[in-house]
Amino acid sequence: MLQTPSQTVGPYFAYGLTPEQYLYDFKSLSNNELAKPLNEANVVTVVGKVFDGNGDVIPDAMIEIWDTQHQRFGRFGTGTDPQNRFIFHTFKPTSVGGQAPHLSVIVFMRGQLIHSYTRIYFEDEEELNAQDEILNAVPADRRNTLIASKNAAGYEFNIYMQGENETVFFEI
Amino acid sequence: MSQLIYNTFDYEVQPPRLAPDYKSTVLRAPSKPLVVVKQSLSELTGPVFGDFNLGEFDHDLTKNSIKNGEPMGERIVVHGKVMNENGRPIPNTLIEIWQANAAGRYVHKVDQHDAPLDPNFLGAGRCMTDSEGNYRFYTIKPGAYPWGNHPNAWRPNHIHFSLFGANITNRLVTQMYFPGDPLLQYDPIFLGVPPKGRELLISTFDLSITEPNFALGYRFDFVLRGHQATPFENV
Ligand SMILES: [Fe+2]
Repeated sequence: MLQTPSQTVGPYFAYGLTPEQYLYDFKSLSNNELAKPLNEANVVTVVGKVFDGNGDVIPDAMIEIWDTQHQRFGRFGTGTDPQNRFIFHTFKPTSVGGQAPHLSVIVFMRGQLIHSYTRIYFEDEEELNAQDEILNAVPADRRNTLIASKNAAGYEFNIYMQGENETVFFEI
Repeated sequence: MSQLIYNTFDYEVQPPRLAPDYKSTVLRAPSKPLVVVKQSLSELTGPVFGDFNLGEFDHDLTKNSIKNGEPMGERIVVHGKVMNENGRPIPNTLIEIWQANAAGRYVHKVDQHDAPLDPNFLGAGRCMTDSEGNYRFYTIKPGAYPWGNHPNAWRPNHIHFSLFGANITNRLVTQMYFPGDPLLQYDPIFLGVPPKGRELLISTFDLSITEPNFALGYRFDFVLRGHQATPFENV
């Protein structure tokens, strides 16, 4: 059988896919708390922006995060934060099946007919990152686009759809 | 341990990243080649919503946001099966649904189309496939609406869907169209799909599920990425 073709999520996904975040009267399936920052230990915050080919911040993207180690899923749109950031509260994974700690990311937006897959790795896991099979499959000069930088508040991970720093997207 | 390796996207039917007639792909489509990676546990797992507590009327968009009466427009019932490329049904998987109202207006705050909102219609819903992969929901047939892609651009009538399937390789966001819609031949989003894939996005009218004196029936099947028939042996 042939795969059903993908179509864009479009600009109007918010009341269907992220209703509570955008204050619509419909229950959300999931939100940006893969873990509860106040109730659970080892929770970190990952924030970032999504940039288009002009370097402008994209205010209508939807980001999904999958943490296979803890079997947690999160979803957040970039349309509600004043700086159009995505913000996730998540456990910081440890090594998963011999891989460096990472989160799987799926990126949706108007202007994408088909979603994009990427991964978030962590700056402070240098040793494991150096041995990671998937990071090593990425050209060395692009690996940094997959590595979240650490700061006092948590981690920052920006997604560049195009340009010199274009994020590595995967065919999985 | 043996595990299934899932197929990648089939670009004979899947749209490309860059489709210049759909103007907003120009600055948003990744321009560098995708990096092909071996599937790991991270790709071969995904969220399971089997126990997500669906609301009583989540599967009935004609009822799930009634304030003071019935929503306006043509009631329809949409059904079909969720399968993978191997033809295997996908049971207990979640389908999310969103759409414009009968006048072609979305509830979304940035939709500026000068068509009326319907106080009794939100346009969002969800349903779950049953043990044989079948789903069914009720809604109002969505209207066409204008958009800014090019002069006099109109989106054909469509319903948006989001599906999860077996793992994150199965993730699908798509749109279902209606048979005979004259706008399809002018729509760069629909035409972004290669010709071989286009008819897969058009529902069929289904008299067998049409409910007398109540709602027209349409059938739309979803086929998610499948896997090789034989599992790989992993030591
Ligand atoms: Fe739409």
